[in-house]
Amino acid sequence: MSYIRLVNVTKRFGNVTAVNNLNLEIGKGECFSMLGPSGCGKTTTLRMVSGFEDLSEGEVWVGDRLLSSPKKHHYVPPENRNFGMVFQAFAVWPHMTVYENVAFPLRIRKLPENEIEKRTTDALKSTNLLQAAEDSPASLSGGGKQRVALARALAINPDVMLLDEPLSSLDPHLREEMRFEIKDLQRKYGFSIIYVTHDQSEAMALSDRIMVMKLGVVQQIDTPLNIYNNPANRFVFSFIGLSNFTNTLWKDGVAYIQGTDKPLPATLQPSAAMHQEEIFSLASRPGEIEFTSSTDPNGVRGLVTRKAFLGEIVDYQIKIGDQSLRVQLGRRDAAHEVDETCYLHFLRPFWYALDK
Amino acid sequence: MTSIKKDSGFGVAHLILFFSIAILVIVVAVPVLLILFNAFFVNGHFNSRDFYMVLMEPETYAALKNSLIIAGCTTIGSTIVGTFFAWLVTRTDLPYKGFMKGVFLVPFMLPSFIGALAWKMLLSPNAGFINKFLMSTFNLAEPVFNIYSYLGISTVEVMYLFPFVFIQVCGALERMDPTLEESARISGAGLLTITRKITIPLVLPSILSGSLLIMLYSMAHFGTVAVLGIENGIYNIPTLIYERIHQSGGSFEAIRTGTVLATVLVVSAAIIIWGQHKILSRGHYQIIGGKSFRPMELKLRGLRYPLLAFCILYIAFTILLPTTVIFLVGGLKTYGLAFTMENLSLANYKYILTEYTVTKDAIFNSVSLGLVAAIITMFAGVMISYVIVKMKVRGKGILEFLGMLPFSVPGSVIALGVILAWSGQFGINLYNTVWIILVAYIARYMAFSLKANSAALEQVHDSLMEASRSCGATMWQSLKDIVIPLVRPGMFASFFLIFLPALRELTVSIMLYSPTTRTIGVAIYTLNEDGETVMSAALAGIALIIIVTGQTLINHFTKKAGE
Repeated sequence: MSYIRLVNVTKRFGNVTAVNNLNLEIGKGECFSMLGPSGCGKTTTLRMVSGFEDLSEGEVWVGDRLLSSPKKHHYVPPENRNFGMVFQAFAVWPHMTVYENVAFPLRIRKLPENEIEKRTTDALKSTNLLQAAEDSPASLSGGGKQRVALARALAINPDVMLLDEPLSSLDPHLREEMRFEIKDLQRKYGFSIIYVTHDQSEAMALSDRIMVMKLGVVQQIDTPLNIYNNPANRFVFSFIGLSNFTNTLWKDGVAYIQGTDKPLPATLQPSAAMHQEEIFSLASRPGEIEFTSSTDPNGVRGLVTRKAFLGEIVDYQIKIGDQSLRVQLGRRDAAHEVDETCYLHFLRPFWYALDK
Repeated sequence: MTSIKKDSGFGVAHLILFFSIAILVIVVAVPVLLILFNAFFVNGHFNSRDFYMVLMEPETYAALKNSLIIAGCTTIGSTIVGTFFAWLVTRTDLPYKGFMKGVFLVPFMLPSFIGALAWKMLLSPNAGFINKFLMSTFNLAEPVFNIYSYLGISTVEVMYLFPFVFIQVCGALERMDPTLEESARISGAGLLTITRKITIPLVLPSILSGSLLIMLYSMAHFGTVAVLGIENGIYNIPTLIYERIHQSGGSFEAIRTGTVLATVLVVSAAIIIWGQHKILSRGHYQIIGGKSFRPMELKLRGLRYPLLAFCILYIAFTILLPTTVIFLVGGLKTYGLAFTMENLSLANYKYILTEYTVTKDAIFNSVSLGLVAAIITMFAGVMISYVIVKMKVRGKGILEFLGMLPFSVPGSVIALGVILAWSGQFGINLYNTVWIILVAYIARYMAFSLKANSAALEQVHDSLMEASRSCGATMWQSLKDIVIPLVRPGMFASFFLIFLPALRELTVSIMLYSPTTRTIGVAIYTLNEDGETVMSAALAGIALIIIVTGQTLINHFTKKAGE
């Protein structure tokens, strides 16, 4: 199953450890995303796979080919790795036509002219660029340039496609469109994708599996659904989707939201791990909280301090004790107005210790 | 709409526009027009045959040819040297790259005619130190090098001009998005293929634009050819104009030859500027990237230290050696003595600074001319750039055209033009006074001021001014409180961009000086011509100290301002 393998990969820049002892297996034809804030090591990891960055420790394998291993003094340069790669800033060559851009990797491989023409035309067709073949890429829009970059990466029919925030330079609606185009191309050509992004919805939409990284350390590797439903830690919870963290504390063995004098209801009790903590967080998603009646034993009392219509959904700010949290409800369920008392039902609470 | 009072701002705008046009017309346009007029009109009648006749005279024809040969060789040489060093300090793992990059800019500080003087002392066929040393050591009958040749002149010019290309190419290579090359690499291309097919084509516009700058400079360059060429009968256009006007004391024939040659310079400058514009607008790719990693570096491996040694030797040979020779010769009692302790002293330096009127006057003239020209040109430049960049008034097009002129008019043309304009034909005679040099400096350095100030003004977004107007400030108040403080760095930059080159100016002042209005450059040149080699060298040494000190101060201040 595993096709691309990273074994104990570590990368240090001077004293800074950019990637710390990463172990990773990616399957053939899998779409694998690396997600995290800037500086988390995702791009460095991708650059180690592509060969633009050497490793401090560990090994990178693709199939049965060892690509990098500082210990064995083995290093295959990027030009011999046979990957396709697409960069954030497009990186199409403005002094060549669209056709020549796409044909470039084939000419480097010294393929016969008719083969070059066939493959280039195929790649241009797959990316809807055939009419623009003789244009200068400078005349294309951002989306067009990124299609050229994709076509160029496709032309060699690579086994592995490396995508480094390929959609970040595009405007939002184009970004969504291109997402599906990439997915369709993958289905058609069957390559594996390693996709670097800081945009969680992009990762969710595209990936078979997602790896969340922080400061060079892997936080969680799982399917999008599992990452969303079972975040491994506070960081993953906060990075995926909207989140509220509400300080909670123990008073005489009973859990209270900080600043309230009513104990938490029986259905909203902290997890066992929280018993050693003094103050900890009740983590919730704005979309997984409901209004309930004052008689509901599961309800937590709060005060509406802000209400904003965002079209289909309504965004509330609710004050509980001395803390605020966001609640998002459908238009029909938005029963309360500002300054009214309300009762909240937490559908899916998570419990995390405070960041140390 | 009717409630908006337009007239108050309108009058001011037109006043500024009027002044701006007036300055450029008087300072630049009139002199150039007078040259064209004198070149093509004889006794008030258009006469292009005479123009052609003058051009075909053997001496003028030779000067044209020499200008082209020297400019051509200099351009090719500088392009190769500049591009090579730029590549070395940006794209290889050469040791101490950051430091070396700074070192390659040092030649900019050394005025090329002072460099030429030094090389004359080192390599002149009969008296050059290196030639004499080689002849006596190896018992040669003939000198090994002849600096009085096309090759000699071009080589010396390359030494001091290559930074034009170096800076341009360094900038382009540094700003270039590294992923442009990385995507070629992942496509399977090796470093050589990438350099050939991606890197060079992408930085070619910058290389060519730097080369054309050198071409323009070299065609109109006086100093090096005057020092190294005249002795062997090699004249280029500026030296021939100077020679003719000087020998004849401003006769009609001389002026006429001068105007014809100047016209050729103006036309070639216009063609070069046009070509540069064309290259930059057509080939100006958006190659500047967003997030960037370091670009890939060629591992020089075993060549790292040999190449570093080569760079250091190059600088030692082109900068340290000539400078040392200048200072040593400046310390000699008489030229020709050996460099021994008893022959060397600081007496010459003391003499030219405290007693010798020629050099004392020259230093005073250069410093005061430089200061006044820099201040006037700085303020005029701000005003004119403001109209060009920011104001929306009718008639701005004329100003935009006039604003292009200072960029394309070479120094010797300006000098000839101000002679025509300010020697009494129009009621004002400034000839033989220091004022005519001042007018010429203003014309010559207007381009620098326009460039620095427009760049600064383009950074100031219109909305800042509009915000100030909407707060109730008048146009003058907004200018004073918002615009001027924001462009102040650009103004400072333009001040020094003018003051320092003016200190070492030769091409213009040599055509305009009188016995009491020598500048530092003129004094160095004429002392050397008169055989006062040691005094000339000592003054050149002093000039170098002033220039290097000034440049260091500027670097210090601009670095502080940038932080």
